[in-house]
Amino acid sequence: MSKSKFKNPVVKWIDHRLPVFSFMDHELNHYPTPKNLNYFWNFGSLAGFALVTMIVTGIVLSMNYTAHVDYAFDSVERIMRDVNHGWLIRYIHMNGASFFFIVVYIHIFRGLYYGSYKAPRELLWILGVLILLLMMATAFMGYVLPWGQMSFWGATVITNLFSAIPLVGESIVTWLWGGFSVDNSTLNRFFSLHFVLPFVIVGVVILHLVALHRFGSNNPIGIDVSGTQDTVPFSPYYTIKDLFGLSVFLSFFAAAVFFFPNFMGHPDNYIEANPMVTPAHIVPEWYFLPFYAILRAIPDKLGGVLFMFGAIAVLFILPWLDRSSVRSSQFRPIYKIFFWILLLDCILLGYLGAMPAEGIYVILSRIATAYYFFHFLILFPLLPYIEKTKPLPISISEPILGGGSTASAFAVREKK
Amino acid sequence: MPKNSKSKNNNEGKRDFLIISTYAMAGIGAASVAWPLIDQMNPAADTLALASTEVDLSSLEEGQAITVTWRGKPVFVRHRTPEEIKLAKEVSLDDMRHPETDEERVPNEKFIVLVGVCTHLGCVPLGQKSGDVKGQYGGWFCPCHGSHYDHSGRIRKGPAPTNLEIPSYKFLSDNIIKIG
Repeated sequence: MSKSKFKNPVVKWIDHRLPVFSFMDHELNHYPTPKNLNYFWNFGSLAGFALVTMIVTGIVLSMNYTAHVDYAFDSVERIMRDVNHGWLIRYIHMNGASFFFIVVYIHIFRGLYYGSYKAPRELLWILGVLILLLMMATAFMGYVLPWGQMSFWGATVITNLFSAIPLVGESIVTWLWGGFSVDNSTLNRFFSLHFVLPFVIVGVVILHLVALHRFGSNNPIGIDVSGTQDTVPFSPYYTIKDLFGLSVFLSFFAAAVFFFPNFMGHPDNYIEANPMVTPAHIVPEWYFLPFYAILRAIPDKLGGVLFMFGAIAVLFILPWLDRSSVRSSQFRPIYKIFFWILLLDCILLGYLGAMPAEGIYVILSRIATAYYFFHFLILFPLLPYIEKTKPLPISISEPILGGGSTASAFAVREKK
Repeated sequence: MPKNSKSKNNNEGKRDFLIISTYAMAGIGAASVAWPLIDQMNPAADTLALASTEVDLSSLEEGQAITVTWRGKPVFVRHRTPEEIKLAKEVSLDDMRHPETDEERVPNEKFIVLVGVCTHLGCVPLGQKSGDVKGQYGGWFCPCHGSHYDHSGRIRKGPAPTNLEIPSYKFLSDNIIKIG
């Protein structure tokens, strides 16, 4: 056995029997990370931070919340007015959900831009999409808990999506509700699931990290690390960079929590749920709007539901839809343009999802939906046959060390 | 060479200062974040607001007792008979575990007001209802671990360490008390 790297005798004793310290040292300290990562690589750790924040504030909120149709709304108002620092904890949880989605969406688009889903990181990507799905389910059920008007009618509309399933749809909806409408049984099961799903997410996140650490992070150039000259140890280089990014993130987050806590919410949700009256204009939380727009764009109940779930399903098979062997968009001049079109398309879908389903909005929703699926199902497989990619650098070190020509890159390599 | 090593030392001192102050700031930050999460478990504003109870004693006959709720706990009010008052006042304090005179404990000798929670481990003692076991000293008896309290709610026998607690209360009129 080689000599232990730990000086502290207690750490050494434990590590010899349970190598947690070696594991952490290997995965968080020495872990070789490409040296050219830009700030878009901060969003993974930010998402992890958001998840922990949501779990901690959520556990604390559940200590003061009552999952019953007669008390839920009042218990949330009690948290806001009477519980010590309750307003702060709830606003962190409420805005934390939005910020979690902001961070995760940037994380996903970073993956799309730099081709982080391509071999050998397909499972890493798929686990990520699974986390997104779990997040959506968790966020949706969490939004039901305050039992406001938007909670109630959001729950009614979303659970009714399942009634589109032929033959068994109605039975499934009754089963989801535990009755014949969204009621106390629904609220109770949503509370239970909203509590447990975040821990399932933690489990999938751990798998996501195991898969990540198998081959390490992708990087802005998208070529494989060729040796230690292309990497730096994770700590202190990326721990410090992540902490700096975290402090920037927290500045925005604190600004929202303290100055605009209800900016991303709906005033209607401060009216207690009333099963007799639907609010005039119901919309989901902003992070669901693009999918909601797709749902409404299809003039058929089952079709709308299928396309909406299809919008996420295509993400699962993306590693095989994209036939290009070049990862980073930096070397894909045509795809790069389409990437930005896709981003704008998703933002447009989000905007359309918030607009009433009539007139020009319906037409635009259909065009935007059509583009979304065109991008994934046609563009990704076919573009590589047309696109002429730019030459890839020989190594990660080459563009960083300023070697414009291949000759200088060779010189660098030979010096090694 | 000495000059060089001196400047190195200065740098090390500066670095130590930076590291220690960074950790200190991080510690203060973590503590300030943790505090709201801990403090939310303390009584909320509405719980504190419910902290007083008014009781009308006009229908309480001599020898009778009522139990009212105050802060989620039972409060015993007993209208003592003259014999009970005499017993409570005349007993010697010498053998008591927690010596207190009846005058100290009961401002209005007719009505005794006690928090009905045994000072041992928090059970509710018997003695409020007419058929209840009142213990060897005629006051209250805790069935959980056998603590005997007298007419003044003082511990006389059994494991409880102190007398039954007296809540803060005052007489608003001859027959109405406000607890809390």
